[in-house]
Amino acid sequence: MLRASLLAALLLMPLATAGRAQGTSAGTPVSYTVVDDAIPRPLTASPGDASRGRAIVANRSVGLCLLCHSGPIPEERFQGTLAPSLGGAGTRWSVAQLRLRIVDGSRLNPDTIMPPYYRTTGLVRVARAFEGKTILTAEQIEDVVAYLATLKEQ
Amino acid sequence: MKVSRSKSQSPLTLPERMRWRPALALLPVVFAASFAMAQAGADKSASDTRRSGYQDMGAALQKMQDDDTANPGMLYVQLGEQLWAKPAGAASKACADCHSVADMKGVAARYPAIPENSDRPIDLEGRIQLCRASHQQAERLAPESRDLLSLAAFVARQSRGLPIAPPDDARLAPFRSEGEAIYRRRQGQLNLSCAICHDDNAGKKLAGVTIPQAHPTGYPIYRLEWQALGSLKRRLRNCLVGIRAEAYPYEAVDYVALEVFLMGRAKGMPFEAPGVRP
Ligand code: HEC
Ligand code: HEC
Repeated sequence: MLRASLLAALLLMPLATAGRAQGTSAGTPVSYTVVDDAIPRPLTASPGDASRGRAIVANRSVGLCLLCHSGPIPEERFQGTLAPSLGGAGTRWSVAQLRLRIVDGSRLNPDTIMPPYYRTTGLVRVARAFEGKTILTAEQIEDVVAYLATLKEQ
Repeated sequence: MKVSRSKSQSPLTLPERMRWRPALALLPVVFAASFAMAQAGADKSASDTRRSGYQDMGAALQKMQDDDTANPGMLYVQLGEQLWAKPAGAASKACADCHSVADMKGVAARYPAIPENSDRPIDLEGRIQLCRASHQQAERLAPESRDLLSLAAFVARQSRGLPIAPPDDARLAPFRSEGEAIYRRRQGQLNLSCAICHDDNAGKKLAGVTIPQAHPTGYPIYRLEWQALGSLKRRLRNCLVGIRAEAYPYEAVDYVALEVFLMGRAKGMPFEAPGVRP
């Protein structure tokens, strides 16, 4: 019993210690163009890598996705219930649509609680270690999008 | 030869005693009322859906909190009881020279409050610091220091089971609104607000952890993750760091404003310090 609760306690640690040493992008984000509800052009010259994307999504202090979402990543036992499952995301959305949802979901739903993964403006009291940085780099966004596109099953 | 008083108290190196588990079992049960009884006795109407973080914990942790011989926070309460009686500062006065323990009943359940000759609220730790400065002429205790937390825990323990009862003081209103504004404002790189998690998504799982409603019922708490007692401020800082917001400095009025808001929001809920949390 106690071990289980200790385990649960350890789980939040990545959230609490995420303030340190994440490889986020320095510099200004690359510009992109939104067409309807999508970003048709990739943010990087080279294509994203789905297996790297899976690792980012699974990592609680890099992607943070599983804090809120569940998804077909069975080795991560503790997944969130704040957001829809990522299963089937690649069926529901095109690659271009997925890209905008990760880059800045607030352009589609101003009330969304999903963090804007590629935005540095309009944010309040960002911790100094993260100021001016996006949550994910352009490369990481492309990796995550490539992974989500493979999720065809619900 | 005179044996110095502080020397005779040196066994109070808390972390060591905590590792020595049998010591826990030997702790005298000083106070009888359990939090479970307080919960049952509290007059909560059926429409009141507020839950203490206590109710979101597993049975093992609830039991640890309720059992004074198992609750690690009680070691700090004991230490606080000794500090309470120990003269300090240039005035060489102890808390006990000015107050009886009985006077402390209900105090923690109504802080933050505005002290005499002031127009802004301070929290319980702030009150202890004020007494040290003005009545004991002693130096400030460091935030989250063992002595400050122990004194706070000892005082807070005297309110266990009592309903949270913020003072009926109109001057608190602007601070409460400021606290509420912070609570509702999105901040940090993750662009989240306290309200998004603790109002809109309370009860859901953030990764494996049930999001509590953020009622400050048990502070200071013994948190297993910290392996230590910690204040409400420390808890708030953890949430700020979690959303990658810049934590306020320890002395910031923003925390006190948040505390005023949170205590008002928890008005009437039973006070349960020292709480245990995962
Ligand atoms: C703080 C919570 C939170 C985090 C963290 C989060 N999301 Fe979301 N996400 C949501 C919510 C809530 C929605 C539902 C739509 C909305 O509210 O805009 C959503 C929607 C989505 C959608 C579109 C909905 C669908 O049908 O699948 C995708 C794709 C998605 N998120 C992927 C991700 C990925 C990948 C990450 C991490 C890189 C991530 N999310 C991190 C909360 C979050
Ligand atoms: C991303 C979600 C999230 C956000 C945003 C958030 N918190 Fe929390 N908070 C949590 C979780 C999860 C816990 C419980 C952690 C645990 O049990 O170990 C918690 C615990 C707490 C507690 C302790 C409750 C108890 O029973 O002891 C308080 C108080 C609190 N938060 C207040 C706040 C305030 C104030 C803010 C804004 C400054 C805030 N939180 C922002 C997720 C969040």
